[in-house]
Amino acid sequence: MKNDLPPPYTALTRHPMMPRTSHDEAARFNFLTHFNRYLSGTLGAGNRLAYETRVLPAFRAEHGRDPEHRYEIRDAMNRDPFHRMWSALKRNSMEMRQMNGRQTVLRQLDALDAQACQFNEHSGQLELDDSITQPVYQTCVDIHCQPGGYHSHERPGDVTAGANYDVGLFATVGGALGALNDGGGQALVAWARANRPDWRPRRILDIGCTVGHNAVPLAQGFPEAEVIAIDTAGASLRYAAARAAGLGVKNIRFVQANAEDLSRFPDDHFDWVQTTMFLHELSAAAMPKILREAHRVLKPGGLILHVEQPQYGPDMPLFEQFMRDWDAFNNNEPFWSAMHGVELEDVMAEAGFSHAEQFVVGVRAVVDPTIFPPSPEGEAEDYGRAAVWNAYGAWKAAPAQATGQEIAA
Amino acid sequence: MTEGIDWIARSGARAKGRRPAFFDEPALDRLYSLTLAVAAELSATRERLDTVERLLESAGTLRRDDIENYAPDRAAGEERGESTRAYIARVMRGFQQEVEAMENPDPPIMDWVEKLSTP
Repeated sequence: MKNDLPPPYTALTRHPMMPRTSHDEAARFNFLTHFNRYLSGTLGAGNRLAYETRVLPAFRAEHGRDPEHRYEIRDAMNRDPFHRMWSALKRNSMEMRQMNGRQTVLRQLDALDAQACQFNEHSGQLELDDSITQPVYQTCVDIHCQPGGYHSHERPGDVTAGANYDVGLFATVGGALGALNDGGGQALVAWARANRPDWRPRRILDIGCTVGHNAVPLAQGFPEAEVIAIDTAGASLRYAAARAAGLGVKNIRFVQANAEDLSRFPDDHFDWVQTTMFLHELSAAAMPKILREAHRVLKPGGLILHVEQPQYGPDMPLFEQFMRDWDAFNNNEPFWSAMHGVELEDVMAEAGFSHAEQFVVGVRAVVDPTIFPPSPEGEAEDYGRAAVWNAYGAWKAAPAQATGQEIAA
Repeated sequence: MTEGIDWIARSGARAKGRRPAFFDEPALDRLYSLTLAVAAELSATRERLDTVERLLESAGTLRRDDIENYAPDRAAGEERGESTRAYIARVMRGFQQEVEAMENPDPPIMDWVEKLSTP
C-alpha cells in the first residue's frame, strides 16, 4: 500500500469473532480512516498556525507573558474559531465511528453472542467474577465516547462492548495496528526478543486487557508461557476470551479482576507484568495502588512494562502538550491529562521500582508494512492515536542480574 | 436481525459524559454532526458505485451478495483510497484553504483596491 494511503478496511483479518461488516459499513470506516488522517495532517497544521499567528500574540497582549501551562493554551485555543471547527469535526468523527461500530455489531448480536457462548463454554479461557464492582474511573464517563463504556451490556451476557471496540479500532488508529489490531502486542514480543533473546517468561500478567488484542500476541510469541489477562469489565472479557479461542490461542486466560487488589496471586508470581495504553484510564488514587500490586506479584528478575503515549515532561513544548491533551477533554479520557503530567518514573519508584531498575524505550507497532503503512509522525501525528509509544519499564532487581542498556524496538 | 432489542435505536446511544459545546450557537454543533454524517454516507455510496462498476466490468452481471462480500485487491484498494482522499479534499476545501490563508495571509482586498486606484 502506498505510504500515504491507509489500507482498505477489508485488509483486516476476519477472525471468527470479528463482526461481519456489510459493504457500506466497511465503506463508512474507510471514510473515517481517511478523514482522521486528513484531520490530523492537512487540517491539523491549522491549529499551530492559529496559535502562532493570533492566539499566542493575543495572549501575550492580554497577559504580558507567555502561557505557563497547557491549560492556559487550551482556554485560549477553545475561543479560536479554527480550533473550534477542527475539534467539532474530530469529535463527530469519533462519534460516527462509534455509531457505525454499534450498527454493525447490534444488527448481528444474536450471531455474535451465540458464537461467543460456544467458544467460552468449551475453551475454559474465561473466568468472570460477579463480585467485581466497576471502579468510578470506568463508570464516570464512557471512555473514548464508546456508549456504555467497556463494562456495560445491551442485554445480559452479550459481547457488544468488546465487539464494537474491535470492529472500529481500525478507523480510530487509521489502520496502523495491523490486520488483527495487534501491532502493539507484537511490538512487545519483538522488543523482548531483541533485548533478552534467551528470556523465556513462564507467567505473564496483562492488566487492563479489554479485548486482549495486546495480550494475545504475548501468548503467541511465548507459547510455553501462561498468560493471564485481567480487566474489571466482564463485558469486554466475554468477547476477548472468545476472540482468543477463535484465533486458536490456548495459553491465555481472561479473568475478571481489579488490579488494585491482586491478592488472588501470591508474591513474586509473574515473570512479566504488562499494561498497554491502560494507565491513563485510571485515577490518581488507583494508579499507585495498581503499580504497587504489580511490583508485589512480579518475580525478582521479572519485567514490568507500561506502554503509553509519551509523558509530557518539562522538555515537551506546551503547545504539543495541549494538542496531546485533546482527548482528555473531548474524547472522555478524564485521567489522560493528569497521568501524562506526572513523573511516571517517580510513581514507579514509589511503587518499589528504584530509578536504577527503570528504563524508557520507544516502541512502534509491528505490522505488515506492505499492507499497513506506518502512523504519520511529527506535524501530521494524530496525537493520542499514533502507533508510536513510549514503554516505561523496569527489570525488578534480582541479586544475580545486572540491568542492561535497553534498545529501541 | 437481532431479536429483542431495537438495534437501530440502540446504535445511536450517546456516550455518558457531557458533550463539549464547540460553538456558541448550539445549532452549529448540530449542523456539523449532520453535514459530516451526510458526507460519510455519500462517500460510502460512491464506494458502492465503484464496487458495482468493477463487478459488472469483470463479470457482466451482478448479485447483491457479491457487493457485500467484495474486497478490493491491492491495486483496486489503492485506486479507491486515492478516490476517497480526493473526495475528502473537495468536500473539505473551505477548511483547507483557511489553513493555507493562515500560512500565507493576505491584506484586505480594499488595501489593493485603494492602492490600484491611486494614480
